[in-house]
Amino acid sequence: MKKLESTLKNMMLSLTCITIVAAAALAGVNMLTEATINAQKEQQQQAAISAVLPEHARIADAEQVGEQTIYRAYDANEQFVGAAVQTVTNGFGGKIKLMVGFDADNRIVNYAILEQQETPGLGTHIVEWFKNEAKPGQNILGRQATGQMTVSKDGGDVDAITAATISSRAFLSAVNAAYAALNGGDAMTGASQQQFATPEQVETVSSDAEQQVTNDFVSQD
Amino acid sequence: MLYFLIFISAIFVNNIVLSQFLGICPFLGVSKKIDTALGMGAAVTFVLVLATIVTYLLQMLLDAFGLGFLQTILFILVIATLVQMIEIILKKISPSLYQALGVFLPLITTNCCILGVAILVANGTNKLPEGLDHNLLTGTLFALATALGFAIALVLFAGLREQLRRNDVPKAMEGTPIALITAGILAMAFMGFSGVI
Amino acid sequence: MNNSTKTLLNGIFKENPTFALVLGMCPTLATTTSAINGMSMGLATLFVLVCSNVVISLLKNLIPDKVRIPAFIVVIATFVTIVEMLMKAYLPAIYDVLGLFIPLIVVNCIVLGRAEAFAAKNSVGLSALDGIGMGLGFTLSLTVIGIIRELLGTGTCFGLNVYPDNYGMLLFVLAPGAFIVLGLLMGLFQKYVKK
Repeated sequence: MKKLESTLKNMMLSLTCITIVAAAALAGVNMLTEATINAQKEQQQQAAISAVLPEHARIADAEQVGEQTIYRAYDANEQFVGAAVQTVTNGFGGKIKLMVGFDADNRIVNYAILEQQETPGLGTHIVEWFKNEAKPGQNILGRQATGQMTVSKDGGDVDAITAATISSRAFLSAVNAAYAALNGGDAMTGASQQQFATPEQVETVSSDAEQQVTNDFVSQD
Repeated sequence: MLYFLIFISAIFVNNIVLSQFLGICPFLGVSKKIDTALGMGAAVTFVLVLATIVTYLLQMLLDAFGLGFLQTILFILVIATLVQMIEIILKKISPSLYQALGVFLPLITTNCCILGVAILVANGTNKLPEGLDHNLLTGTLFALATALGFAIALVLFAGLREQLRRNDVPKAMEGTPIALITAGILAMAFMGFSGVI
Repeated sequence: MNNSTKTLLNGIFKENPTFALVLGMCPTLATTTSAINGMSMGLATLFVLVCSNVVISLLKNLIPDKVRIPAFIVVIATFVTIVEMLMKAYLPAIYDVLGLFIPLIVVNCIVLGRAEAFAAKNSVGLSALDGIGMGLGFTLSLTVIGIIRELLGTGTCFGLNVYPDNYGMLLFVLAPGAFIVLGLLMGLFQKYVKK
């Protein structure tokens, strides 16, 4: 076949055709993958919520408090057992998005980092550092949340990640903010009112997502 | 003051070339002389700021129609067209500026820092100092600061390479290898800025 | 050696995109913080390279010369977006790590370079082989750099502990290490392979 001449008509025609085919192909692939992508995101979110909560039967609809999103959990008798709070903070390398779980007495159950861009090998340790049960100095699981947790360098009682104090501070401030959002108080004054003691009547049906708890997602980073 | 911090952050702390690894090709390719490095830096600054503004507005359109999946294809076409247009306009309006920047303009289309920054700003994932929102103003300032960071890194590196040429380098390391090692040491120096903000 | 094996091997050794042609430096430096990341990036690029080479080779007579670059870019950008969507759907963990560098395959000079230098002049079969060869060469280089940086930086290899815990010369995971490892490897390549 002979090569097409570079006339204006040919140029317009071939470019237009290629662009239309390209756009159509992309629209097709987009349709095919969109559902899976959304399902992935949803599942990740659900897995994070379930992983940080104590045992529960039902999760209520999300509530938005400022930048924080609260998911309250109830057991089979509709008794409040704890809440997962999604919160965001500025770390060393950008936004850190995490999910923190509290039980009914405001003890920290677990946490999961959803997004982070910290320095590889330093700040990225936030994913595991604060849940090392063998090292009580840095472990925050099971601690009573006060809204005033700080690293030892700033006079607190949590050991910061070696050489990543900024990431550690950011992490703790996010946990404090989560606590404050959950308790409707100011993180710095630590004013805590057990507002959530009375379970609200929420009529939504529970999702079955807690069945698919995939703890390993935390370590995927 | 916060706006000033955008500049410190993008030029020193998160330098686009030395810590984000965008725009390495021109960084290695056109850094043999300080003059050409200056020209390239100016051309990138010009195109990057314009491209960021245009693509930011386009992204609003894409979002409005739910066509997010066309982002990459549309952005690269817009950048290519923009570069062509700038070239034609410069030729007409300011032949002297065209003389200075002209050679670099075609190279810019495939400079990944342009597309990279455009996507970062359009998606609202560019690094900003705490307390600033992602909008057109901060996006534009971010683009300007990033481009300045690129230009500074490029000119510094060109200066180092000019010195390097007078030295006796082992045969195997001549050219790109020794340039890369130099860039590594320069990146180490820039790491010293981390934590400033 | 016949023509097709030659085309295939060309990209892996003689014209290795990273060490010999010095193309596609941005993803090479940015995504090789670990062996697995480097390999994923290499494979994503391999896919785009092969697809775009084949399509461009098929269309080469239908594209007038003067608009070939924009036409090539559209074809490449399409495949890049497809890779991006597929990764988001089926490999979200890897997509999160590579992030911005997936859409940036569009401006990876290797892809456009091979389209222009090879696919636009050769048959479909050879172009596919060239894509595979170049892609494998790129993947190989990225994996090697990734292994070295991961081993020196964190003491692991493909995520498995090689050295005792807490070992690490972090510098190699960070930006300067990328430049230095690549520079030294390129020096070795120049000495022993290229000559």
